[in-house]
Amino acid sequence: MSIIQAFKLAGKSIISSKMRSFLTMLGMIIGVFSVITLVGLMNGVTNYVVSTFSDMGTNMITVSVTNTDTRVVDVDEVYEFVKENSSVFEAVTPQVTSNYTVKNGTTSESETVTGVGEDYMSINSLALASGRFIQYADIKNRYKGCVIGSFIVDEIFEGTVSVGETLKINGTVYTIIGILEEQADSEENSEDDCIYIPYSTAVRMSYSSNISSYAFAAADADYVDYGKELLDDFLYTTLKNEDLYTISTMAELLETVTEMTDMLSVILGGIASISLLVAGIGIMNIMLVSVVERTKEIGIRKSLGAKKRDIMWQFVIEAASISTIGGILGILLGWGTTRLLGNAFGLDATPTVGSIILAFGVSAGIGIGFGYMPANKAAKLNPIDALRSE
Amino acid sequence: MYALNMEEEKEPLINLIDIYKVYQMGNTEVRANDGINLKIYNGEFVAIVGKSGSGKSTIMNIIGALDVPTEGQYILKGQDVSTMKDDELAAVRNKTIGFIFQQYNLLARQNMLENVELPLLYAGINKKERKQMALDALERVGIQDKWNNIPNQLSGGQQQRGSIARALAGNPSLILADEPTGALDSRTSREVLDFLKVLNSEGNTIVLITHDNAIAEEAKRVVKIHDGKIIFDGPVEEYKRSRT
Repeated sequence: MSIIQAFKLAGKSIISSKMRSFLTMLGMIIGVFSVITLVGLMNGVTNYVVSTFSDMGTNMITVSVTNTDTRVVDVDEVYEFVKENSSVFEAVTPQVTSNYTVKNGTTSESETVTGVGEDYMSINSLALASGRFIQYADIKNRYKGCVIGSFIVDEIFEGTVSVGETLKINGTVYTIIGILEEQADSEENSEDDCIYIPYSTAVRMSYSSNISSYAFAAADADYVDYGKELLDDFLYTTLKNEDLYTISTMAELLETVTEMTDMLSVILGGIASISLLVAGIGIMNIMLVSVVERTKEIGIRKSLGAKKRDIMWQFVIEAASISTIGGILGILLGWGTTRLLGNAFGLDATPTVGSIILAFGVSAGIGIGFGYMPANKAAKLNPIDALRSE
Repeated sequence: MYALNMEEEKEPLINLIDIYKVYQMGNTEVRANDGINLKIYNGEFVAIVGKSGSGKSTIMNIIGALDVPTEGQYILKGQDVSTMKDDELAAVRNKTIGFIFQQYNLLARQNMLENVELPLLYAGINKKERKQMALDALERVGIQDKWNNIPNQLSGGQQQRGSIARALAGNPSLILADEPTGALDSRTSREVLDFLKVLNSEGNTIVLITHDNAIAEEAKRVVKIHDGKIIFDGPVEEYKRSRT
């Protein structure tokens, strides 16, 4: 008996008990559907995270240093270093971050205040709605001026404020010299939740004499690794101890995040795969019932000359057909749902080719694997006993 | 040993030599066949008759290559069937034997044509030839117009004709009929028996298994089995005489 014949038989058998075949398929549909959808959505999340990180600049190198009493990384030396390597580094900004009470009249909130250099705006691609950003002269003069984000405008000034007005940071009066454009719907802890002041002013306010964090912008994303090496040499020369500084790049961070989301994707896919296993057991169960029900048919076929192999094929192909059809339906359903949910959440989510191939392969494989046992049972039936059964 | 065709040098189609079939039922041994010797030649019409439990079904299973004896040798068409494995037996059944069952044993979901094609399918005959052979067989039994019907749409007699067509389709050397009239009324039974006679007159070898002496007497030769042994083997006239 040819394979084509076995497929015809399988088709006939599936059609003749539509409800049962559909219910058996349902397990496979749900299993494949959940694998495709979860992996697809996870992929969308990964894309989102990657693009967000790319927006933040893959050419960024962040350095944090622990200054000691005797060995200090001086701001001016850092600027000098960047100037010397201007082909590699585009700009640098110190970052001095502290939490202070910010007050306007009776409104008072605890906010993060960041002391930055004049290049901070260009490094982070910020845009101003009004006023100006912190300039070199402000740093030189330790000017008490600040640039605020739209969240602060809403939170401290109830939505309206203009350049020239003042607010109190840690009890000191600061003049607002610039207001940034809204970037992230003015939500708390977003890019809009920020107050920038000259780093020199920030250093003084924090009662420390040193700056422990710098952000470097490489001239090109390709120079990041070389820049990292240069920085390593520079910092080691100054601090003489590798444990006193860390250099991290956005690219490395991105890699870590991608690794994490990939792992999550595998875990979710794995959990969803359990339903594939359950579906396979469902198919095995139905095929076992089917073998018992069709014992007489098997007996007739055997008495007419069907070999073990023929009976085996008949049942294995039937199981594989049920599970493959279920798999294909699951893939289509999963595809649709992934796109739909992706659009709803604003994610660029498409089922990965890998997950589709895997889902299809697994469903066909499960059909064959779990169909084997019942098929083998059928093939081994004694024709005399099988014929006698009713 | 009696045989219609007494030319001893001619090889028999069926040669059962000292056949024993022993079943273990708990602690007791059941000897379903207790030393059976039987030769059947080409062109014969033999009835194997016996009560239920006499061992006639067991010998039918062995003749039909559905089972192998515990002891003894079964030579079918020159091949030793008694030591064959399952798949070899399947091939022998497929090519050498045409079965006619009491319950017709047609596949309920397939139409008559597909049912008759079944042994040809397992013989690996290609689609076109298969269809032609099956249609020819249906024509021989006179239900070619019913080829597209499923068994349930046909009468018992028509279904049995279908199963005869299936038995004939592959041109087997032996037609083995197991209580072929058991499920039919007397008129249809008569038709089926007459048809078997026609087939025999055309040169087919027929072995008929029955519990009914009246049916057995339709054959040319009768073999009576009792307690796993042959207690009568001779021409039908002699059998009739022995019963009166």
